Amino acid sequence: MSSETRDIVTDETNASRTAKEQTYRAIFLACGILSVLTTVAIIATLFSDALTFWSEVPIEDFLLGTNWSPQIEGSYGVLPLVSATLLITFGSAVVALPIGVLTAIYLSEYASDRTRSILKPTLEILAGVPTVVYGFFALVYVTPALGTIFPSISTFNALSASLVVGIMIIPMVSSISEDAMSAVPDSLRQASYGLGATKFEVSTTVVVPAAISGIFSSFILALSRAIGETMIVTIAAGSNARLIDPLDPFSAFLNSVEPMTAAMINIGKSDVDPGSLTYKSLFAIGLTLFAITFVMNVVSNLVAERYREEYE
Amino acid sequence: MASETGTEVTDETSTEASEQSLLGTTEVADDRGAGPVASTETVIEARHLDVFYDDVQALQDVNIEIPEKQVTAMIGPSGCGKSTFLRSINRMNDLVDAARIEGELLFRGKNVYDEDVDPVALRRKIGMVFQHPNPFPKSIFDNVAYGLRVQDMDVDEQQVVEESLKKAALWDEVKDQLDQSALDLSGGQQQRLCIARAIAVDPEVILMDEPASALDPIATSKIEDLIDDLAEDYTVVIVTHNMQQAARISDKTAVFLTGGELVEFDDTEKIFENPEHQRVEDYITGKFG
Ligand SMILES: Nc1ncnc2c1ncn2[C@@H]1O[C@H](COP(=O)(O)OP(=O)(O)OP(=O)(O)O)[C@@H](O)[C@H]1O
Ligand SMILES: [Mg+2]
Repeated sequence: MSSETRDIVTDETNASRTAKEQTYRAIFLACGILSVLTTVAIIATLFSDALTFWSEVPIEDFLLGTNWSPQIEGSYGVLPLVSATLLITFGSAVVALPIGVLTAIYLSEYASDRTRSILKPTLEILAGVPTVVYGFFALVYVTPALGTIFPSISTFNALSASLVVGIMIIPMVSSISEDAMSAVPDSLRQASYGLGATKFEVSTTVVVPAAISGIFSSFILALSRAIGETMIVTIAAGSNARLIDPLDPFSAFLNSVEPMTAAMINIGKSDVDPGSLTYKSLFAIGLTLFAITFVMNVVSNLVAERYREEYE
Repeated sequence: MASETGTEVTDETSTEASEQSLLGTTEVADDRGAGPVASTETVIEARHLDVFYDDVQALQDVNIEIPEKQVTAMIGPSGCGKSTFLRSINRMNDLVDAARIEGELLFRGKNVYDEDVDPVALRRKIGMVFQHPNPFPKSIFDNVAYGLRVQDMDVDEQQVVEESLKKAALWDEVKDQLDQSALDLSGGQQQRLCIARAIAVDPEVILMDEPASALDPIATSKIEDLIDDLAEDYTVVIVTHNMQQAARISDKTAVFLTGGELVEFDDTEKIFENPEHQRVEDYITGKFG
């Protein structure tokens, strides 16, 4: 055996290295499996408990029912909760999408390196504020402030919750959109400037269209976050489960509503018997919520897929 | 320094000489058969132009007069500042934070770095074609119409797009697929599209930074033919690494050498056959560079 080949055949040191490699591999694999198993287990319990609930309350009564009054009337129509969730998501979208995108355009196209280096971390801090703090911020500061404009506003209301959920998701929209905009090749900006475009035209006619799928996917991720948001809405939106009348947005926003997540918390913290129907309804709502966010995640992945093909 | 600038073709004392040689070009080579060269005016003039990137000087005391409706080639080794010079003409260097300019750059006698010059308006008169084709991820039609739209030009889009594509020798290849993505075109077609896009807004000057360097020989020769035609209507300034290309397509050639110095600027024939400077001859014959 030549001295060169001796180095590469399996001897003792090489063998121990191979063994170590295999141990690492096993540890990483175990962690991977653990997280997959946990997810599967959660979905499985959600499903089985939701199914026992639906064996007692027909699924169509649940999904299409317009009255949610589990303890008093034994009525399990989820639509009031879904409508409240959609209302707050819509309200937060109105706040967060435009502000988030404009912030992203500012950061990616207008801000100097120095400004960007201050603003980006600040936005990240906004993303790191615990949601319970946002919740009390909504209840203690935002609602009273809104009361000076709308004297008829309730202590618990959808408007204040929407605004604050919106503020909470701005950094998500702005940071993902900004990534998408920064990824637009500089050569496209140069082409546009070279044709006599202003900075505003470069931003609106080149950068935003080229980054549109990334921007869209930031919307969906942020909205999924808003749909699943629990603490803010439980604290600030209240627990009045009523079906929203889309023709009367004013009263919808100014009064108390009960979104899905808040309803789950309210059931969870009341002293319902763990075997009771009301308790099981928790899982039915949970599964419905999961289905909504799951669909949104799938859509967002499809969009992101397209995004990769946007430009070469 | 002073003794060195004394030998430059375009400084004060030799300006007359260069104008004389301009007159001379009629007999030299004008295979396009364009109008009498004697009427040629200077469109772009640099006077003692220095460009810095932070502390690095990329151009040193450049003096040049670029004539109207001719092809002026810029050659020189990599990093000698050719692109920098091109970008300082239409103020694309404004987009580079580190870039700083001293001296004057005149477009039709007006210093483009004067406070009252709007770089956006300037770029509407001085178009640019880049080294790598950079069509927008939009349709072929929208690419050509892009400049018309941002400049709010009151023209018949359909007609201008067709004319521009014809001038760029691309019309026949794309006329049935104008609504398809420009990204589906070949590299050479994309580059001709970028040229069509630049001429659609009817600039006076077209700057080209190695427009054919990313293309194969056939696509390159199409671009070269095109540049020849363009000089009927436009002043063309082209950077190229390809010496034969410069010799083939240009009327005038500027040779930059390392350090950002414009060493010689003259008729293309003169530069390639009988340059004044030994360093230029060495560069052209491949001894240096
Ligand atoms: N954006 C920039 N920031 C800092 N320095 C730069 C920048 N652009 C160019 N330079 C420097 O300026 C000098 C001239 O660069 P330039 O791109 O003008 O050369 P060039 O002649 O076009 O070269 P090439 O033939 O390789 O394209 C080089 O030293 C380069 O490193
Ligand atoms: Mg260059």
